[in-house]
Amino acid sequence: MVALQPGKRRIVASPGAWLVWGVVAFFLVNLAGVVGSVLVSSFGTRWFGTWVPEGFTVQWYADAWRSFGLLDVVIVTLQVSLLVVLISVLIGLPASYVLARRSFPGKRLVYFAFLLPILMPPITYGIPLATVLYKYGFAGNMSGVVLANLVPSVPFVILTMTPFIEQINPSIESAARMCGAGMRALFLRVLGPLLVPGILAASILVLVRTVGMFELTFLTAGPDSQTLVVALYYSMSAAGIRAQQSVDAMAVIYTSTMLVLLVIALRYVNPTQLVARVKEAPEP
Amino acid sequence: MTATLERAERTPQTPALRHRLAERGVDRQLLLLAPAVLFVALLFLYPFFYGLQLSFAPEEGGPLASYAAFFTDPYQRNTIWITLGLSLPAALLNVLASVPIAYRMRGSFRGKRLLTTVLVVPITLGTVLTAQGLLNFLGPAGWFSKILLSLGVDDPVRLVGNYWGVFFSLVITGFPFAFLLILSYLSGIDPTLEQAAATLGADWKQRFRHITLPLLAPGLATTFCLAFVLAFSVFPSAILVGNPAGETRVLAIAAYQAQYEQYNYSLAAAIAMVMGAVELIVIAVVLLWRSRLYTGSTGGKG
Repeated sequence: MVALQPGKRRIVASPGAWLVWGVVAFFLVNLAGVVGSVLVSSFGTRWFGTWVPEGFTVQWYADAWRSFGLLDVVIVTLQVSLLVVLISVLIGLPASYVLARRSFPGKRLVYFAFLLPILMPPITYGIPLATVLYKYGFAGNMSGVVLANLVPSVPFVILTMTPFIEQINPSIESAARMCGAGMRALFLRVLGPLLVPGILAASILVLVRTVGMFELTFLTAGPDSQTLVVALYYSMSAAGIRAQQSVDAMAVIYTSTMLVLLVIALRYVNPTQLVARVKEAPEP
Repeated sequence: MTATLERAERTPQTPALRHRLAERGVDRQLLLLAPAVLFVALLFLYPFFYGLQLSFAPEEGGPLASYAAFFTDPYQRNTIWITLGLSLPAALLNVLASVPIAYRMRGSFRGKRLLTTVLVVPITLGTVLTAQGLLNFLGPAGWFSKILLSLGVDDPVRLVGNYWGVFFSLVITGFPFAFLLILSYLSGIDPTLEQAAATLGADWKQRFRHITLPLLAPGLATTFCLAFVLAFSVFPSAILVGNPAGETRVLAIAAYQAQYEQYNYSLAAAIAMVMGAVELIVIAVVLLWRSRLYTGSTGGKG
């Protein structure tokens, strides 16, 4: 029996633990069923009432790629989400710096104004926003999609970056100022390098959110500015036009893209440390 | 040295407005905030108030006609209860189920990272794959019905195309999120507090009831609010795996139909406002309850 390190527990098989892990296992088995049925179906030829399809093929992927013009959709998705990430970091970073370092009259009000877009359901502000964007001729093309997706992204960057900036010792900044650094130099040469992990974390989270954001893109996109989620939704809700398997194939493509993004995100962010900063013992 | 002295002499010592403002924390650095504030004002507050004004300016009838149309039509009015009936139980289940699982996963043990990752992955599924999967898996010809049949259940329950389909998709998408938050709140509670209670002879029930739960309660409230916001804005899955004309006609569908199918912009804005108001009321109730609880650091382990 190897002595466990202090603080390392083993899973003890008490009745309560059995119950909890049983429920988790049940959830995971059903989840695997949900994901697996899409995955199997996307590779299957004909599947009527049997446990597995009659044969397997990759034809649906080629089909989905061609008939949906998926290349264009993927390019639009990438363009939109990269633009959103870039702009929201550029706008959000200076604001989160001020919110982290300064106190000023009306700070709570400003903070609340940044919190609201995250708290509101996207449809609630999306519908008036789409009306306004249409009024000024932004909606129906890519600029409208980018603008709409920025609405929750900028506050999101601000709220995730503020704790990162608070972690940086202000005396580093004071030292830089003593040596004659101005605001520009301070940002580019002192804060910037220190904040790279935070910026990466915020950018990837915004990227994941934007790729997955359905409502706002749905409300503002025109025919050639749809992102992957919206194109997927249209192909699924227009049932009968597309073979079900090619919709499945497209859903698999979408999910694997998101999965790659999430795995990259998890490299930089420990998800459990986003709210409460906990120092955990480093993994041996 | 002499140069700085000269400069100090040249500037008069009268406190200018700029100085008096700087004393209260207002100076040029606050300009860094300007782009973000401008942005929120232009793209969030302006459309919001524009929508508010639009909702009070229907094409015919008085200023309240759109709201009257919404509240007097039971088909429209019921969407409030349908949305709450879906999102409140789903959020509650997600939060409550996360607590025991996260409680078991505190500290570090072998395989924790893997288990966390497995529980987080459903975030990537997206509504459409979840919807397709639920239709494939729970549908009449799906694996789930087959298992039920082979177990001897003759009359398979209908699980998609109604309330349950949407409910399941809310659980699949919402649970990982709630779990992550609860896990991080729970691991933020100092374990020595519980150890101290254990040395005083408290069993796990007492420890949970008197130590962990009170410290966790604010986190529970926050997580519930966020999980609720997520479930409340359910839209695509209510159409894809639900019954968008009846049982799962949520507020978002009603607003979307008013805007893009009836082209009644005033009614759509009114429904959006009602939606926001209902959601904020629920959040306010939860936060009011939360404000009566302990607020403060829960004592990080570091």
